[in-house]
Amino acid sequence: MNTPRRLATLVSIVAVLLGSAVVPAAAQSTLRVVMHSDLKIVDPIWTTAYIVRNHGYLVYDTLFAMDAKGDVKPQMVDKYEVSGDQRTYTLTLRDGLIWHDGPPVTAEDCVASIKRWAAKDSMGQKMIGFVKEMQIVNARTFRIVLNEPTGLVLGALAKPSSNVPFMMPKRVAETDPNTQISDFTGSGPFIFKKEEWKPGDKAVYVKFDKYKPRAEAPSGLAGGKVVKIDRVEWKAIPDHQTAINALLAGEVDMLESPPHDLYPVLKADANVRLFSGNPLGNQYTFRFNALHKPFDNPKIRQAVLQAFNQEDFLKGVIGDPAYYKTCKSFFPCGSPLASTKALEGMLDSNFEKSKALLKEAGYDGTPILLMHSTDLAVLSNLAPVAKSLLEKGGFKVDMHSMDWQTLVARRAKKDAPTAGGWNAFLTSWVAADILNPVMMGFLNASCDKAMFGWPCDKDIEGLRDAFARETNLVKQKQIADQVQLRAVQYPTHIPLGQWYGAFALRKNVEGVLEAPVTVFWNVTKK
Amino acid sequence: MPAYIGRRLLATIPVMAVVAVVVFMLLRLTTGDPAAIIAGDNATSQDVAAIRTKLGLDRPIAQQFVIWIGNVVRGDLGESFFFKKQVSQLIVERVEPTLALATCTLLLAVAMAVPLGVLAAWRRGTWIDRAVMGLSVLGFSVPVFVIGYLLIYLVAIQLGWLPVQGYQRLAEGFGGFIERLILPSITLAIVLVALIARITRASVLEVLNADHVRTARAKGLGEAAVLVRHVLRNAAVPIVTVIGLGVALLIGGVVVTESVYAIPGLGRLTVDAVLARDYPTVQAVILLFSVVYVMINLVVDLSYTLLDPRIRY
Repeated sequence: MNTPRRLATLVSIVAVLLGSAVVPAAAQSTLRVVMHSDLKIVDPIWTTAYIVRNHGYLVYDTLFAMDAKGDVKPQMVDKYEVSGDQRTYTLTLRDGLIWHDGPPVTAEDCVASIKRWAAKDSMGQKMIGFVKEMQIVNARTFRIVLNEPTGLVLGALAKPSSNVPFMMPKRVAETDPNTQISDFTGSGPFIFKKEEWKPGDKAVYVKFDKYKPRAEAPSGLAGGKVVKIDRVEWKAIPDHQTAINALLAGEVDMLESPPHDLYPVLKADANVRLFSGNPLGNQYTFRFNALHKPFDNPKIRQAVLQAFNQEDFLKGVIGDPAYYKTCKSFFPCGSPLASTKALEGMLDSNFEKSKALLKEAGYDGTPILLMHSTDLAVLSNLAPVAKSLLEKGGFKVDMHSMDWQTLVARRAKKDAPTAGGWNAFLTSWVAADILNPVMMGFLNASCDKAMFGWPCDKDIEGLRDAFARETNLVKQKQIADQVQLRAVQYPTHIPLGQWYGAFALRKNVEGVLEAPVTVFWNVTKK
Repeated sequence: MPAYIGRRLLATIPVMAVVAVVVFMLLRLTTGDPAAIIAGDNATSQDVAAIRTKLGLDRPIAQQFVIWIGNVVRGDLGESFFFKKQVSQLIVERVEPTLALATCTLLLAVAMAVPLGVLAAWRRGTWIDRAVMGLSVLGFSVPVFVIGYLLIYLVAIQLGWLPVQGYQRLAEGFGGFIERLILPSITLAIVLVALIARITRASVLEVLNADHVRTARAKGLGEAAVLVRHVLRNAAVPIVTVIGLGVALLIGGVVVTESVYAIPGLGRLTVDAVLARDYPTVQAVILLFSVVYVMINLVVDLSYTLLDPRIRY
């Protein structure tokens, strides 16, 4: 055989080998998704990480859920009754709910699940403080008996974001809350394929054929969870550019959170569309450390409210106004408790007013140790904008750049800024986590027990307790307004506007729901 | 020879001990707290403290070191903080993609670089020589990730010939396996080709003017036979040395390449573990890389005796 013929034969062999590999291995109803992070931990009660919460919504179900309007709707619960004195909630489960391994879901399972969740979750802890006992009535019915009335019960059980009160079998729910579960049996619409889970590569979920969805149409996290695909694969592709290339090439069907600066690349491709699936979006936040100078002085914190404006932050990070909006409210605009009254006349970058407040407060030029997270695209430009505005407002700023994980570790330190502590940092909250004064962790002003920053204010705590006790929605709204007014006098943090992400989807993917969490029921792939 | 191998193997023990101490201390001195990362963004200080206790991170560093090194000596690399799996199991799961990528890259690099280097030396001063040396400078200069993205854009996105990312195990089919390795291997091989080609050229040039080569030509041997049998064999020691060094270069390159091509290998595991401050995993993987590096050096040293009979240990 001469050389050209040998070469031709070799090329043919390689072509045949490659050709055989082009045949797709996956079935047509496999949805391949790149999520915002790799799944490493699989206990949604043990951690508050959002990726684990999203995993939870696939595998587990909830007693109640929040619909698209923010109203609480029964989910696993068929019917519920609240006693006249509002001290007893009787919940009856829907008929036909079963665990992935076959047995029916029972009231005992639910009570154990609530106990484990309440041991970890801040809203759960608040709610369980009102609970006198939980009684099993029969296999499908249980009672939550309260010491005194509270408006928290249904809202807490329908809590949409971390930690979500997911129901687990009693044997699993009895695991110590500080120990990770190792049995991933749920009763949700998908089954987690433990044997196919390869951290750093993929997590696999298959349709739970025996799942009994509600009859109602899906709405937010509530309604019928009708699964229309056989299998969901979460592919771990940490590099944004590679993930986008994989979507453009049709190797994956959906990206949960492509970075904003690459939206033009996605919009330019005829086979891809962007879909904003979370109407409430996220809120940027500036967090004070109330323990140390100068932010131990509320008046100096008020000066920051004068120096900042939201537009600069949002433009600096998101850029495209289609994906952000200013919102001078502590609670997300578009949610029931949002109110812009408290922050009127603030967040307008009135530098003169800021300087006047600093002078009045006796600011001695102590530099603000501002932690700057450099590795997360949605956060990295916030701190430089804050530094610039603070300096214009009369502050001295010492910005320290670090990766997010270093910031997470450092923010937990109560030491003085000069000894490894900090004065301020910026972060982002999913709106679903901050819908009321009890849920909003940064409003917790219980001193040592508060989240990092450790604000300490009896008035705010009194109002949060009053909110928890109140069962009337109109009165709850009034209390929430008072909380905001107090949070302006004693600033715990500053809201810096709302921003929205978009899913990037291949055009054959339809039915993705608008919800505060990425969910996969109702999704079809044609 | 066996005594030499024995001595060299024994010499790896203090090397490993130093690596173990340095890695352990570096990780503890680096800022970041695995417990805070595990707990998630909304966790309270109490949650973080509880997890720290659970992981044993509240113990004195010296005590942590003694426990870890004791376990390592007994062959127990510990449990990953994040994956809740034995680190040894994680490593076994991730070894195949890295081994496949490294092997393909080395084969590709040697297959390209040695002929190119020989050709450049043989045609010294011609446009071929200048082209090979120019390309090798380019190969050195362009970062691995830039080459990766360029290849993905051209070959995978524009031409659609190969996949953008991912890895398929050999057991799942050779076609898919090799198809997903071509672009990452080329990406990673380019810098190695540049390195090996330059050394090959220099080494061959040195031998080309030697007396025995002149004699071989005078005997009427064909040029190909002269180059392969008499020149390349005598120039092989520095080439093999640089291939050994190239493996160290590969270890760094694998980390970047596996990230760009989303290959779930040891490089990605290292990056993920470092970012998550997963101490047991980082410690084990770096120890493993050190062992591999020491062993490759040993193999290179032993290969000298095959290439040059004058060398004896």
